[in-house]
Amino acid sequence: MNITELTVHELREKLDKKELTSEEITKAYVDRINDKEKDINAFVTTTLDEALNKAKEIDKEKNSEKLENSYAGIPLGIKDNMCTKGVKTTCSSRMLENFIAPYDATVVNKLVNEENLISLGKLNMDEFAMGSSTETSYFKKTKNPWDLSRVPGGSSGGSAAAVAANMVPWALGSDTGGSIRQPASLCGVVGLKPTYGLVSRYGLVAFASSLDQIGPITKDVEDSAILLSLIAGHDEKDSTSANVPKKDYTKNLKKDIKGLKIGVPKEFFGDGINKDVKEALEKAIEVYKELGAEIGEISIDVAEYALATYYIIACAEASSNLGRFDGIRYGHRAKDFENLKDLYKNSRSEGFGAEVKRRIILGTYVLSAGYYDAYYKKAQKVRTLVQNEFSRGFERYDVLLTPTSPITAFKFGEKTENPLEMYLSDICTVSVNIAGLPRNISSLRSR
Amino acid sequence: MAREDYEVVIGLEVHAELSTKTKIFCSCSTEFGGEPNTHCCPVCMGMPGALPVLNEKVVEYAVKAGLATNCEISRDSKNDRKNYFYPDTPKAYQISQFDKPLCERGYVEIETENGKKKIGLTRIHIEDDAGKLNHDDYGRGSLVDLNRAGVPLIEIVSEPDLRSADETDKYLKKLKSILEYIEVSDCKMQEGSLRADVNVSVRKKGEEKLGTRTEMKNMNSFKSITRAIEYEVERQIDVIEKGGKIEQETLRWDEVSGKTFSMRDKEDAQDYRYFPEPDLVAIRLSDEYIENIRKNLPELPESRKARYLEEYNLTEKEARTITASKYLSEFFEKASKISGNPKAVCNWLLSDVARILNENEEEPEAIPFLPEDLAELVMLIEKGTISSKIAKDVLEKMFENPGKKPSKIIEENGWVQISDEGAIKEIVDKIVANNPQSIIDYKAGKDKALGFLIGLAMKETKGKANPQMLNKMFLDAMKD
Repeated sequence: MNITELTVHELREKLDKKELTSEEITKAYVDRINDKEKDINAFVTTTLDEALNKAKEIDKEKNSEKLENSYAGIPLGIKDNMCTKGVKTTCSSRMLENFIAPYDATVVNKLVNEENLISLGKLNMDEFAMGSSTETSYFKKTKNPWDLSRVPGGSSGGSAAAVAANMVPWALGSDTGGSIRQPASLCGVVGLKPTYGLVSRYGLVAFASSLDQIGPITKDVEDSAILLSLIAGHDEKDSTSANVPKKDYTKNLKKDIKGLKIGVPKEFFGDGINKDVKEALEKAIEVYKELGAEIGEISIDVAEYALATYYIIACAEASSNLGRFDGIRYGHRAKDFENLKDLYKNSRSEGFGAEVKRRIILGTYVLSAGYYDAYYKKAQKVRTLVQNEFSRGFERYDVLLTPTSPITAFKFGEKTENPLEMYLSDICTVSVNIAGLPRNISSLRSR
Repeated sequence: MAREDYEVVIGLEVHAELSTKTKIFCSCSTEFGGEPNTHCCPVCMGMPGALPVLNEKVVEYAVKAGLATNCEISRDSKNDRKNYFYPDTPKAYQISQFDKPLCERGYVEIETENGKKKIGLTRIHIEDDAGKLNHDDYGRGSLVDLNRAGVPLIEIVSEPDLRSADETDKYLKKLKSILEYIEVSDCKMQEGSLRADVNVSVRKKGEEKLGTRTEMKNMNSFKSITRAIEYEVERQIDVIEKGGKIEQETLRWDEVSGKTFSMRDKEDAQDYRYFPEPDLVAIRLSDEYIENIRKNLPELPESRKARYLEEYNLTEKEARTITASKYLSEFFEKASKISGNPKAVCNWLLSDVARILNENEEEPEAIPFLPEDLAELVMLIEKGTISSKIAKDVLEKMFENPGKKPSKIIEENGWVQISDEGAIKEIVDKIVANNPQSIIDYKAGKDKALGFLIGLAMKETKGKANPQMLNKMFLDAMKD
């Protein structure tokens, strides 16, 4: 038995049956990380000694009423934009290279402090989650475990690569315009962007507040459902978190799908879609048909404007959210400055990478006096149109099926020269964030 | 043109810190003072990932303020971000309200020489206060204290309806008294919990168009606001008279030189890039919620004044002056209830007490004794234990010795009035015997002579003789 190949629900079963201990599981992952990290570069920070110590302690208490029959003792990887008390949270930026948050994000609190999962460390990402290849990370380039010359996607590239390379059994990612789904797709694992408001954002370093959402990256769908059940729920510290009753998302997983109405928006199968992607989708559609689902084509014609809308809204919010990184209270501060303005200018110039600067400038521009109406306000109107159009789609269909990425994993450097081309990686995913929808991607694993 | 040919136009943006126990977006204490950076948490320090949660009390207090100033309350309101960089602003934006403030279109009534005047309120909105920069004594730079960051504020924006420094003073005092009455702000100007941005412009009388305005920010004393307006009006007229143009700019008032100075900042034309705060949800208020607050509004200065006219038989002016300060009017009511003599209590408060406060430039809150003590003083006069002349000395001592009861002061100083008939008779007889001319004068119709004799008796007894008894006994003695 190779422990690191097991899914979490399989690990849980073995823990419950006492066939494995938390220490054995954790040790297997520690060994795997020690073996693979030099090739994959998935982690910004590892906490392996702490993980092993915690595993031992949990094993000692595993028979207690509190920890028995729970996910306690199962390891986890956390994207490096979620605050962890006492452990660095860098957002893969020079700006936060040495930043240690004084508090735990709500999801971290739930999983690590309450459920007693064991964090193996913080996973690499595009700087401040801005990017689609994890290449904008200040620290390292995470590689796609299937082909080390290719990117893992992004921005949660570290999370997806770590799950795909069996370096963590599951991981948390965050998704603003596709940042969970696209890397999951490129790495051949399962990624789920929950409905906006389902998971608390408290402690998630904000990129675009009205779009950001934390979600699972796992080896299979069941694990995603389990992890979502653990992290979903209202949080009084996040006003935008929905006050809905707690649910067990695994409950309906194994029901058959006979009669399920699946809508396929034709706009998502246009010219930009790569042949392999198209074929894989057609294959999937065939599988669903065989299982008794009804497939129908629909049109979501405002989807065409979703990408532009997304980049206006996301950059606008980012330009404001990233203002706090000014070198005054925490984060990078330039050594040389003459006055306050210099301190701001030099600290931010040195602390942020090119992509982050590009989006701050773009966002500042669209919110400026004289441009606000033409860009930001108009984008908000289009956002409403997108929402309405998806709502209409769901009047006729139970689910919609689209590709996640128009292309498969690309090579390093292939799109870094042309930001617009990189932005197109999000074309299939952003409309869902704009509409605030739930969304699940699952790839067939074929090792 | 002459000074009288110009009309002055003033508008105010008043910031009042709300007296909620906790901050606007987190549960840190709003208490003033405290070691730097001890009333802080990840939210009010602008830590990465921290999110604001709106304190419902802040909405309630702002609605209260809106209702007390005759505003319309918005059923659908929201928060917006106002973006700017400054070290006292940890998020690099203030969470304020832009196009949907909680309260709009209200007014406050003031009394001018020409009768009542309504000063329009454009809006009242909620926002968070910034931290404070402490400039290091050793000149090594500035230190940031975030205890105040996130303290809730309401900004009350007036229409440009004020026409003089005096009207501005009256408006501000009225606003302060309303906020105190409804208990939403302690309005301590010296602690900065009430401060005003003053916009001043002048135009030729009869002209429709407003002149270019200048703004003086963060003014926090009535006196300097009056001085600053008077100076700025003269300056603007002077510039125009000399053929110059007023520049729209922010000015700094310098208390020492008594002048305004331009705060020439290259980024004067700040673009705050307002946009809806995505971390907060819309504020929706039901009619029921608003009505409930309206029903529970405490008595406001206007209605309290009306009640004083009726209940205590005060004059219009007395009632207005007493009710202008919530503290003073509560002091008045308590002392009146205990002493049963509101007229006397009112007189003491508006004459001697007010005079002593004025001399020390202090507010009624600085009165160092309790309403019970003033009531005791009034009752001691009534009972004849002391004369009202001695009572003035007792009051001085009450200010000098906080906490010391009037009876104790009188006892310690041996100021008890002589009301012993035998003792007074003895003095009266002696004086009558020694001043035969005065008796003749009095009998010849010179009433003044009686006053002279009483004066002599007072001198003899160091003011302690009961004046009513003296009066009666001298008259009796002269009848013989």
